[in-house]
Amino acid sequence: MIAGQEYRKLDWSLVIAYLALTVIGWVNIFSAVYDQEHATIFDLSQRYGMQFIWMVTSYSIAFAILFLVNPKIYSTLSGFIYGFSLLLLAGVIFLGIEVNGSNSWFQIGPVRFQPAELSKIATTVALASLLSKYGFNLKSPRGIITTALVILTPVLLIIMQKETGSALVYSAFIFMLYREGLSGWYLAVGMLAIVLFLVTMGISSFAAVIVLTAIMTIVRGVTGKYPLRHFLFLLFFVPAMIYSPKLGELPFLEGIDDIHPTWWLAVVLMPALSYHFYKLFKAKMARMWHLTLVFFASLMLIFSVQFFFENVLQPHQKARIENLLGINVDLHGAGYNVHQSKIAIGSGGFMGKGFLKGTQTKFNFVPEQSTDFIFCTIGEEWGFAGSAMLISLYLFLIIKILNSAEKQKDNFNRIYGYSLASVIFMHFLINIGMTIGLMPVIGIPLPFVSYGGSSLWSFTIFLFIFIRLDLDRRK
Amino acid sequence: MAVELKKKNILIIGLLAVALVYLVQLFNLQILDQEYKITASNNAFRYDVQYPARGLVLDRNGEMLVANETSYDIMITPIEVKEFDTLDLCNIFGLEVEEVKAKLKEYRKNRRKIGYQSFPFVKQVPAQQYAHFHEKSWKFPGFTSISRTIRSYPFNAGGNLLGYITETDTAFLRRNPDYKMGDYIGRTGIEQSYEHILKGEKGYNIFLRDVHNQVKSSFSDGKYDKPAVPGKTIISSIDANLQQYGELLMQNKVGSLVAIEPSTGEILTLVSSPGIDVSKLAAINKHYKEISSDPYKPMFNRATMSPYPPGSVFKLVNALVALEEGLIEPGTSNSCYGGYFVGRGMGCHAHPSPVDLTESIMMSCNTYYAIVFRQIIDNPKYSSVREGFERWRELVMSFGFGQKLGSDLPSEQAGSMPSSQTYDKIHGKDRWRSLSILSLSIGQGEIGTTPLHLANLAATLANRGYYYTPHLIKGSPDTLINPQYTQRNYTLVDTSHFHKVIDGMFKAVNSPAGSGATARIAAVPGLDICGKTGTSQNPHGKDHSVFICFAPRDNPKIAVAAYIENAGFGATWAAPIASLLIEKYLNGEISREYLQEYVTNGNLMQNVPIKKQ
Repeated sequence: MIAGQEYRKLDWSLVIAYLALTVIGWVNIFSAVYDQEHATIFDLSQRYGMQFIWMVTSYSIAFAILFLVNPKIYSTLSGFIYGFSLLLLAGVIFLGIEVNGSNSWFQIGPVRFQPAELSKIATTVALASLLSKYGFNLKSPRGIITTALVILTPVLLIIMQKETGSALVYSAFIFMLYREGLSGWYLAVGMLAIVLFLVTMGISSFAAVIVLTAIMTIVRGVTGKYPLRHFLFLLFFVPAMIYSPKLGELPFLEGIDDIHPTWWLAVVLMPALSYHFYKLFKAKMARMWHLTLVFFASLMLIFSVQFFFENVLQPHQKARIENLLGINVDLHGAGYNVHQSKIAIGSGGFMGKGFLKGTQTKFNFVPEQSTDFIFCTIGEEWGFAGSAMLISLYLFLIIKILNSAEKQKDNFNRIYGYSLASVIFMHFLINIGMTIGLMPVIGIPLPFVSYGGSSLWSFTIFLFIFIRLDLDRRK
Repeated sequence: MAVELKKKNILIIGLLAVALVYLVQLFNLQILDQEYKITASNNAFRYDVQYPARGLVLDRNGEMLVANETSYDIMITPIEVKEFDTLDLCNIFGLEVEEVKAKLKEYRKNRRKIGYQSFPFVKQVPAQQYAHFHEKSWKFPGFTSISRTIRSYPFNAGGNLLGYITETDTAFLRRNPDYKMGDYIGRTGIEQSYEHILKGEKGYNIFLRDVHNQVKSSFSDGKYDKPAVPGKTIISSIDANLQQYGELLMQNKVGSLVAIEPSTGEILTLVSSPGIDVSKLAAINKHYKEISSDPYKPMFNRATMSPYPPGSVFKLVNALVALEEGLIEPGTSNSCYGGYFVGRGMGCHAHPSPVDLTESIMMSCNTYYAIVFRQIIDNPKYSSVREGFERWRELVMSFGFGQKLGSDLPSEQAGSMPSSQTYDKIHGKDRWRSLSILSLSIGQGEIGTTPLHLANLAATLANRGYYYTPHLIKGSPDTLINPQYTQRNYTLVDTSHFHKVIDGMFKAVNSPAGSGATARIAAVPGLDICGKTGTSQNPHGKDHSVFICFAPRDNPKIAVAAYIENAGFGATWAAPIASLLIEKYLNGEISREYLQEYVTNGNLMQNVPIKKQ
């Protein structure tokens, strides 16, 4: 319980950013599903009316967290909270109702509720409690395994609910772990693997090899003595790699035009690699051995992914995996959504078409426009200016949380803050990236903005626990 | 602590990098890339274009020259096309199966670019085929029909004047973004000059469609639909009956016949022979090859484009110049002994001598004009030949020669008018004398005038010193004409001199037999025609036959120029043709049937040398 005067010390900038985001969300949900017959934004038969209710209840929850709940309970009850959330996650697999092919929703009367949203907070609390325990060492094998178990148990349960998108969000914790002492190599190699995997599946192994070579060359340049040389080399080498299949059109090579284009890539790559090995043996640089190892491991990853995908899997299995990952370049399948989404955003221009004037997001060109694709409405009706504003607001929110977390004296609070910022960032990254065609379609909401009670409630709780924890430092 | 701070900053840098990449992508999508904006409007709305009826063209008496009739275009919306019986469709329209398949393949290849757009699939389908298609249209999803109006020509006259309409081509579209593929535009003639009045305004009905490409509804109950505004009717200055008669007179001859109402500058008749038959205009594409391979070039509007030496009719201009310069008076006489024998000299035909101004026009004496012209050029008033020539040129050009008159005929050309520089080039700087350019005295040499110029000269003479720019339409409240067309253009020759020349023109036509008058054949009792013949030498064969005239002498109603290629003396063909036209216009009927028969039966085509293609 906090005394009446202390509210002044709240981090009001976070509260205002939060309120701004919820109102922006509400207005754009109104625009996205606007119906002339239900013209008032408070009409409860429509999603905008419902979102208003979710907002009011969220504000009440926020108030309760700030003024009524003792913040000590989060660390003391962390085990109980985590256990309870696992129970809900497991329970929903059997007791939940099916929505869009996944069993992730409880229905209690008229209210639907997704435990996966709440379990992010429970996992955060559990991690914060675990990592801040005296004597815990993240770098020890025991520490790593415990941490991984805490994260992966809910992930497994969520995957069992066929909510892969939500499960993916848990990878955000790696940022927090990085701050807490995990080597940057995990982060870098992990991200490289994800990028190469996505490029291989999404475009081709050919493209993935080019991306890999480019990244490796940059790393080699930045860590060595001659970064500029490496950049100049890339400037010439990337086009050379892209156009390497044209070698097959050379008159004296005409006979061998039936091979996979990647072989032509190998022809171009070979001299560069030979030079690299020559240097490697001559200079005996330890770090370069690391790099070389990662390069060949990545090549193996690329080709095994491709081989597995193309030769081992049956077509329907492939489709299922593509579905699961949300990767589908067919314009009439999932790719259709992205294409329409890009059209909607692109048609916004600089200043946008204006409130309620978007043509693309109305009339159902863009699917899920009030939930996962809400950014389309913003892009179409408010243009580049509005989109940039929204992105800036998220940047402000995340950086503010990070800065504030770093200042915490209590480790629990710091870890909580980093987890919060990481999860918001992951949603931001995937959701906006997907609407502008830079990320695969993975159905997760835009925090505070997308339509939906579960999402808004849980992000409100997630954020306001941190604001409350932060208040103790400011007192 | 320091290390951990650094880690926070690395995370923030990563965050900022992601935000930057996203902003760049947004900038690219929303500002740089136009494709998404275009796709968006294709996506949501379906614009059904409503084509306006093109404006009509009437003649000066209300006769319908250009009208509209309905034809149908079969449209294809490639994205809506489902499997259908190709053979059946081909049978309806008489198409080749291979051709249709190739077209469909092309659409499939470009389907991303096409989106929801529609294209004409078969154009200008006759009503019967349309009815057949309409019955079965449910079998061909993605194919629709729209009605278009095409031109029809109820009155058979004026093929070269009216112009035709064709579909816009890509070069035109690039220059004129408000037109779309498949629109019609006027080419040549009135259709081109008055495109802005005739075309009307396209309208559209807007329908919304959703993601399943189903047309949902009329957008906002048609509040934003725009009805097509039909083009306005143009009243042409052409007299359709006279035009038709002129074309009859000119049949089987190569040349031009132009008639102008002097008091307004309105063109009554403009024939370029051989011309395009109006029956070929409606489907000009079908006939294009045939027309363009005709050695007599019917597309070429001789009346406005062909620069000819004017010949003796130009003596009128030289006489007026000399009068203006005070070098001669009506009483000024010169002797002619069958030619002018100074320098290279020039011949003349046999006629009584000496002649005064009136007689020089009436008998078309070359010698008289050789003398007068030298007086003009060697005028002691001016310090040099060059200055004398420049003064002559200035006066001549005030009649409109050597420049575009500014008519509304899009093909109008300037003709040619020599300058001092021209002669410097031929003879060397200032090494030319009045004798070197003596041909100009009788309208030969470096001067080139179009028949329209000559008709305008006739009108200027009729008006005694000014002309209205010749034009093809009459103004109406709907279609205001260019204000220039209602302004008098005075020549630099004082109006008091014109009657002296007109005396000669009157006598050239109306003198008794044996007087030596050159144009007696053009005389019609009671019409007081004033005229001047010309026989123009040219390097292409037999002389051109030229005649300009107006009538009646007082308060003239019509001015005519006739220019018949390779037809010999002016009096042989041009004068009869021009006088018949005048008689038809003023009297409504022809008293000289023998002359009409002689003209209409005359076939001079074989005289005209054909340039090898």
